[in-house]
Amino acid sequence: MAYSTKAKDFFKDELSGIHKAGTFKEERFIESPQAANISVEYPTGSPAKEVLNFCANNYLGLSSHPEVVQAAHQGLDSRGYGMSSVRFICGTQDIHDELEKKLSVFLGTEATVLFASCMDANAGVFDVVLGKEDAMIADRLVHASIVDGMRLCKAQLYNYKHSNMEHLEEKLKETQGCRFRMIITDGVFSMDGDIAKLDEIVALGKKYDAMVMIDDSHATGFMGKKGRGTHEHCGVLGEIDVITTTLGKALGGASGGCVSGRQEIVDLCRQRARPYLFSNTVPPVIITAANKVIDLISKTTDRRDKLEKNTNYFRDKITAAGFDIKEGVHPIVPIMLYNAKLAQDIARDMYDEGIYVIGFSFPVVAKGQARIRVQISAGHEKEHLDKAIAAFTKVGEKYKILGKGKKEIIEMYGY
Amino acid sequence: MSEEIKGMIIDYVKKEYLEDDSEDEIDENTPLISSGIVDSFSMVSLKTFLEKKFDIKIPDEKATTEAFDSVNNIMGLLKEFNIN
Repeated sequence: MAYSTKAKDFFKDELSGIHKAGTFKEERFIESPQAANISVEYPTGSPAKEVLNFCANNYLGLSSHPEVVQAAHQGLDSRGYGMSSVRFICGTQDIHDELEKKLSVFLGTEATVLFASCMDANAGVFDVVLGKEDAMIADRLVHASIVDGMRLCKAQLYNYKHSNMEHLEEKLKETQGCRFRMIITDGVFSMDGDIAKLDEIVALGKKYDAMVMIDDSHATGFMGKKGRGTHEHCGVLGEIDVITTTLGKALGGASGGCVSGRQEIVDLCRQRARPYLFSNTVPPVIITAANKVIDLISKTTDRRDKLEKNTNYFRDKITAAGFDIKEGVHPIVPIMLYNAKLAQDIARDMYDEGIYVIGFSFPVVAKGQARIRVQISAGHEKEHLDKAIAAFTKVGEKYKILGKGKKEIIEMYGY
Repeated sequence: MSEEIKGMIIDYVKKEYLEDDSEDEIDENTPLISSGIVDSFSMVSLKTFLEKKFDIKIPDEKATTEAFDSVNNIMGLLKEFNIN
């Protein structure tokens, strides 16, 4: 046996270090479908508890929507469970082609290719498009999957201060000798819920002859008046060269992602993107359900409108209650607590009140920026929002943080 | 000379990594990576700056988070390239 005591002890020490650092991630067992109301077994082994879910990416409340579930059943019955193949051997069904075309229409792009996840799309796309003569210029807060994707690409890596257009322009000037440049950003940044300045980024891309790529995972389906994404919200539909996004959040929440954008880039991904070439096809059951999701959100903006209304309501009320939140318009609402232990303690107390939220601290966010990230859904009703606001208010009073800003909270609890 | 180099690196770190309204002070001992001022992703800018400024190529195995964790550590790394 080659699994030596030395190796075993080393791994145990690593795990122990993660525990000691307070960053050990535990999974909580959910015994119900994903929804606003869920049944959670936590701590493990305890009886399941009914709580309101305020930490899912289920922005449109479609994860367990009856029509989506029915479409998944129909896909299972008509196209089977698995394809036992990658796409280019014998893993492409008519429904895959249908979904790619529907996504292109919805996103306002020339073409789309599906990946097993958006992580895979980000892991594959840069290496396909750029080489060592080129430059990737990324916002410093891009998602980890983009960072990993850029590391797999031989192009030179540059980055600019978060959403700082002057700094981006400096980097564009610095890289003018490169063959191709690509500006890379999240459409919506997942920890702050803030939105990339895509109108300015597109203008800079034109000025300096650089392509623009966005990961719109936290926007597809609901940002913009038709829900097409951050590019619609910022008035630059049709002007983004590469969009990666996910089916795993607002669009039903199962799994799968895509690269959507310029025809040639998408075509090259089909030929050369390694996660596409060497991953199994997205299963039929997800594809038929995703096709239904695109139909539903193309037909009416009701769900995206309700999400907007819910978001505005929650943001207004939680601010009026005295919490320090990151301002914005996105359903990600960061409630700033600055101190990591305070964030964990409040999340625990909220769970006792029947509200499931999670505290985030370093290294997921910068040091001294601990927070609870609340995520609003179109699946929430007004009484759900009111219950969460009442629970936050009760817990906020306990910790005496209502009406307090950053300085005062740090004076009370430290970083 | 070394004081001049230290000052130049500190100026670069402030300009490249701190927001304009930041009140953070940086000196030669300030932890850069472990404090979160510079993360492992944005460290590449600092590496590129040093390589261009001193016309050197820092191999990946030497471009560790420890080697970049303070201006003094960076000075130690530069010494290996006979820059001090």
